[in-house]
Amino acid sequence: MTQTTPDAPVRRQRAQIKVRTLRTDRWWIAPLLTFLALTAFLVYGVWAILDGSYFIDPYIAPFSSPCLSTSCVEGARLFGWAPIGDWYTLPPGLLILGLPGGFRLTCYYYRKSYYRSFWLSPPACAVQEPHGKYTGETRFPLIMQNIHRYFFYAAILIGAILSYDAILAMVHKPQGLGSWILLVNAVLIVAYTLSCHSCRHITAGRLNHFSKHPLRYKAWTFVSKLNAKHQPLAWASMFSVMGADLYVRLVAKGIIAFPFA
Amino acid sequence: MENSPNTERHEYDVVVIGAGGAGLRAAIEARQQGKRTAIVCKSLFGKAHTVMAEGGAAAAMGNVNSDDNWMVHFRDTMRGGKFLNNWRMAELHAKEAPDRVWELEAWGALFDRTKDGKISQRNFGGHEYPRLAHVGDRTGLELIRTLQQRVVALQQEDQETHGDPEAFIKVFAECTVTRLLKDGDAISGAFGYWRETGNFILFDAPAVVLATGGIGKSYVVTSNSWEYTGDGHALALLAGAKLINMEFIQFHPTGMVWPPSVRGILVTESVRGDGGVLRNSKGERFMFDYIPDVFKDKYATTEEEGDRWYTDQANNRRPPELLPRDEVARAINAEVKAGRGSPQGGVFLDVSSRLPAEEIKRRLPSMHHQFKELADVDITTEPMQVGPTCHYIMGGVEVDADTGAAAVPGLFAAGEVSGGMHGSNRLGGNSLSDLLVFGRRAGGGAAAYVDGLAARPAVSPELVEEARAEAIAPLGRGGENPYEVHHELQRTMNELVGIIRKAEEVAEAMEVVEKLKERVRLVGAAGSRIYNPGWHLAIDLRNMVLVSECVAKAALKREESRGGHTRDDFPGMNPAWRRKLLVCSTGDGASVTVEEQEQPPMRDDLIVLFERDELSKYLTDEEMTEFDGISK
Amino acid sequence: MSYKAKFKVWRGEGGEGKLEDFTVEVNEGEVVLDIIHRLQATQAPDLAVRWNCKAGKCGSCSMEINGKPRLGCMTRMSTFTEEETITVTPMRTFPVIKDLVTDVSFNYQKAMEIPSFTPPAGVRPGEYRMQQVDVERSQEFRKCIECFMCNNVCHVIRDHEENKTAFAGPRFLMRIAELDMHPYDVADRQEAAQEEHGLGHCNITKCCTEVCPEHIKITDNALIPMKERVADRKYDPLVWLGNKIFKRSSK
Repeated sequence: MTQTTPDAPVRRQRAQIKVRTLRTDRWWIAPLLTFLALTAFLVYGVWAILDGSYFIDPYIAPFSSPCLSTSCVEGARLFGWAPIGDWYTLPPGLLILGLPGGFRLTCYYYRKSYYRSFWLSPPACAVQEPHGKYTGETRFPLIMQNIHRYFFYAAILIGAILSYDAILAMVHKPQGLGSWILLVNAVLIVAYTLSCHSCRHITAGRLNHFSKHPLRYKAWTFVSKLNAKHQPLAWASMFSVMGADLYVRLVAKGIIAFPFA
Repeated sequence: MENSPNTERHEYDVVVIGAGGAGLRAAIEARQQGKRTAIVCKSLFGKAHTVMAEGGAAAAMGNVNSDDNWMVHFRDTMRGGKFLNNWRMAELHAKEAPDRVWELEAWGALFDRTKDGKISQRNFGGHEYPRLAHVGDRTGLELIRTLQQRVVALQQEDQETHGDPEAFIKVFAECTVTRLLKDGDAISGAFGYWRETGNFILFDAPAVVLATGGIGKSYVVTSNSWEYTGDGHALALLAGAKLINMEFIQFHPTGMVWPPSVRGILVTESVRGDGGVLRNSKGERFMFDYIPDVFKDKYATTEEEGDRWYTDQANNRRPPELLPRDEVARAINAEVKAGRGSPQGGVFLDVSSRLPAEEIKRRLPSMHHQFKELADVDITTEPMQVGPTCHYIMGGVEVDADTGAAAVPGLFAAGEVSGGMHGSNRLGGNSLSDLLVFGRRAGGGAAAYVDGLAARPAVSPELVEEARAEAIAPLGRGGENPYEVHHELQRTMNELVGIIRKAEEVAEAMEVVEKLKERVRLVGAAGSRIYNPGWHLAIDLRNMVLVSECVAKAALKREESRGGHTRDDFPGMNPAWRRKLLVCSTGDGASVTVEEQEQPPMRDDLIVLFERDELSKYLTDEEMTEFDGISK
Repeated sequence: MSYKAKFKVWRGEGGEGKLEDFTVEVNEGEVVLDIIHRLQATQAPDLAVRWNCKAGKCGSCSMEINGKPRLGCMTRMSTFTEEETITVTPMRTFPVIKDLVTDVSFNYQKAMEIPSFTPPAGVRPGEYRMQQVDVERSQEFRKCIECFMCNNVCHVIRDHEENKTAFAGPRFLMRIAELDMHPYDVADRQEAAQEEHGLGHCNITKCCTEVCPEHIKITDNALIPMKERVADRKYDPLVWLGNKIFKRSSK
């Protein structure tokens, strides 16, 4: 303590202000929009998992890639593999979606967005939260957010597979709109994945002497630039993956059927 | 409102008043020498005015140019101060500054680096080599934070060894000292009040170090913050110490003049260094009309030549915008007085028509930010308005160079509140190093003084009662609003004892100050004792008026122009005046007397560091004859 | 160019008080702190407000303007309409002393609890050699002017007084990050960041970054990297194994 003053207990109180916030701007818009967008994504995700039309050559819907069981159509399998075998008959997306889903769920940006919009903790800066108690990420289950890096490793794989899917589509159908959609999506997914805070930490963030590791420092500088755009990339890649997925399914269902689809 | 609360009492070995760079460094030294130390600061811990320093701390480490050494730094300092400096202080300062900067690094400071990992050093006006250790343009903040964290580190040590972090060093934040107490001739303590509660506090201590900074708040346009009310100057005077060089005040030529909220805030010199030009309301680059004869051959006479200098410094002379601070300040002042000023009473400083927008943002990020956020002015598209601003007082408590001791036993001073080190004009970058070097020396001086005491001076209850009565007086007295009195003092000093002084105007100022003294005695503050700014100002006014009287009286007496003192009626520098210091003191605490005192001649081994030609510009013929004797 | 603005200023001593209405002149180019000063000079001489430099460099005049934590000296009146009523209140998270002045000693206490810079033994002053790239991260955090608005806005303590003992607040978690990234600091800070200073309480909702007048990226550059360093130490079995096998440390 650098300052001790004669105790006068009556003066050790906060200013009594009854309202939750004195903010006069429309602070509730951002959490509301976030809430709506994230909810839409969840709803779409559930539908997409249950939906069976995830493949039409050469496109595979991103939510169902990689397809790892024999229940997948031949062309939809990753490198033609089916390591899971034939006992698995549930939707293929269910097998792998936990990985990109977990990556986003534990992502430092998404945490902010759902803590604010779903849990209202806090709904906006300087707006009182409705909870009586708060322990943050100090205990189970939220302490599990610390394994974000493992989801990052998985997300790198998923990003590579989606890129591979997109390139495959480009090779087979360069004139197809779907190929381009998948390509744009793959770029955004990879950019979002690389812009991750864990990635930044792993490249060189954990070091204290950048000057002794020039290559890692270079990588860190690059990732840091991407990291500054983590939030926009999170949204852009979320909408792009949703859009690309929907597009492939609509083509597969024959709803979209123009020549260069 | 209770009228007689108990005054809390604390016993310390050393009480440091002021928690800027000098105060903290002094306190750290006293504590490191085992003294029980109190730090009393008017604001919160870590908010002192030192945070405003931008450029850096001058120290001849020779990291960028290995030719630099203490002798070069010493010469630069003496030259900057026009040879009026206390040469022993300038010597100690030049010799010890590097150690003081390195020490900060060991306490956690992170200066900008050179390629080989040493502390980087930058060029600055008046310094022959790149010499300023810096952190971007926030060096003062780094310095104060480092010292603050050093104090905390010492407290943590004490926690370990004594179980009490405040056993040996304690910060009394938002606490203002109003009187120093004496036992006979010697200091016995200090009396003050807590801003927070309005309760009184008494320090029983044989040694007091003043480190209260400057007096800028006596002027309307100033780069100084509200705390700069000359407290230490006044406390020293009232305790019987002497002030020297009070006529020398540095006005920085380019302060913001608009918007009103930031009037006086500095616009860094590098704006001009990077191509910014000064224009009047007619659009003329007026500085070409103000090149003094002594500089005629060193500065460009046409705009074309001046413009070429930025790209080719070898074959062209520098533009007159880069004349020394005092010359530029006077020129701007003259243009405004002649009615050619900008709408808000300054002149235009334009960099927007000189450099591409991207270049401006790259070279002057903080200025771009400062004008954007504070004035809503985009300096890449429009000119700034600037004018001179009261920046620093060279004068202060007369101290012993080696120990910081003032004439009163037990009283010490360091930093801006002390006088002598900078002579008549301070070089940029020398203030931060001054704080460190003389803060440490004053802390050590105080510690040694306490060690040498046979008996501890006693606090007299009568003096405490007097101080209490004085402090409480304005509260609840139905007198004049202190803010009005303050404004009048500021206007008077700004207009009549500003950059350019005339005998009649200064005399007029003295009359006004005399009347203000009366009014100060009668100001009243409404409200309670709890955090009452009106009351605090009423108390500060005593100090401001006393110090303003010193400035005015000394300014009237010194009949020459030198550094931070320009007399319209005595425009030249006079070697006879170089040997004389003006010393202020007060007998009754109500009025100030100013006397001449001879400056001791420079030590032989120091004076021979200068060329004869240079000395002959400053020294009298008699002194030159002596010099010729020495240098043979 | 001047007009009369409507202000509501919280006034009171101790916790008790209320919003008082004022009508006050506003001139072009002024900031909120100027208006508070005008109130002092003309209508309420004992209106308490803390301030120093008036240039956004000392961090004294932290207050809440229309509910948002702001520096009074850096909030221009031109950002409001002339019809708007401007509400000025003290920082909510700290006990109020009087009017707009709060008791911020919480922050100084927390500063005290963070172990100081610990250089390796044997390096003498003047012998330090550091590369610019190695000091830049910590330099960003040292731009902090200690206005304490990040600690004020942080819901962990703003909405939960009881967390004050367990949580150092963004300002001092950033201080830990600053020291942990210092090229010469040898103290082990990661375990304590989580266990003693409450890093785990932070749910990275970024209000600290939003209010920082120095635009320090507190969350992205200090808190999250610190969480990652803690994860290395406490929650990542692979890193733990790697450290055991290769006998390296994260320093």
